[in-house]
Amino acid sequence: MYKLAVLGDKESICGFACLGAETVSVYDTASAKKEFKRLVNENYGVIYVTEFYGEVLREEISLLENAVTPAVILIPGVKGNTGKGMENIGKAVERAVGSLILD
Amino acid sequence: MNVNPTRMELTNLKRKLVTARRGHKLLKDKRDELMRQFLELVKENKSLRERVEKAIAEANKHFSMASASMSEESLAVSLMMPSQRMSIEVREKNIMSVKTPVFVPEYKFADKGEIYSYGLAFTSGDLDEGVKSLSEIMPDMLRLAEVEKTCQLLSSEIEKTRRRVNALEYVMIPDYEDTIKYITMKLDENDRSNTTRLMKIKDMMLQTSQRI
Repeated sequence: MYKLAVLGDKESICGFACLGAETVSVYDTASAKKEFKRLVNENYGVIYVTEFYGEVLREEISLLENAVTPAVILIPGVKGNTGKGMENIGKAVERAVGSLILD
Repeated sequence: MNVNPTRMELTNLKRKLVTARRGHKLLKDKRDELMRQFLELVKENKSLRERVEKAIAEANKHFSMASASMSEESLAVSLMMPSQRMSIEVREKNIMSVKTPVFVPEYKFADKGEIYSYGLAFTSGDLDEGVKSLSEIMPDMLRLAEVEKTCQLLSSEIEKTRRRVNALEYVMIPDYEDTIKYITMKLDENDRSNTTRLMKIKDMMLQTSQRI
């Protein structure tokens, strides 16, 4: 049995609590890193991270790229969409194909 | 390659070349199939992500409206005690021997109405809208997690396989071929020098016998 978590600033993630996902609100780099580490060590299947904190936690997330779980997925926060999530898809394509073939 | 030009080495190398060729073909097939699946998934990944991002932006708009019309405390209180609990079951799927996850959601309450963890009397309608649009996109979000993770895993596997294919195609196989050619030449050359030596000796023996 795996759990599901949403990590980000309070405004961006409060809605997910109603759906039954666990929300982890963080407010700065240090707390984000600490909480993320905790989530990785406990058995979470999916961790949604807002794009802003995705940038902060980039190193930690890239370490998990080849693990089956947890899947770390970037979602846009309340401040709007930065296109980081799409960029990641492009990166995967570039790695696999050798060049960016998506338009 | 640095080898002794002997017949044994030659047979060994020939056998290795056959294996390398077969491995190369297999790996190439694996790469092509992985690539096909990957490209399909990437397309799905992209459209899912577009949809999810749009829906979340929509939901966030509702939430900001709600927080504007409600006091901060009552908003916090409304969202403080969620009644629904969600967990996921992770199953493994095998794509060309790459293990990929499949997420199946499990809810504590089957009833979809359980997402509203607050009384409707003192909350804004925007809050309901926001929660509703989030719950509608939740299945897509799970699918997105699944597809995006699969894409990441596949892309690193494709990269690895591609390296192997290229190493075989451009380094190992030409190396073997060159060495085999070198050994055959060397052996042939030895043969020829042997034949000429024999002929020469035969001539010399004939001459000495005539002289006697």
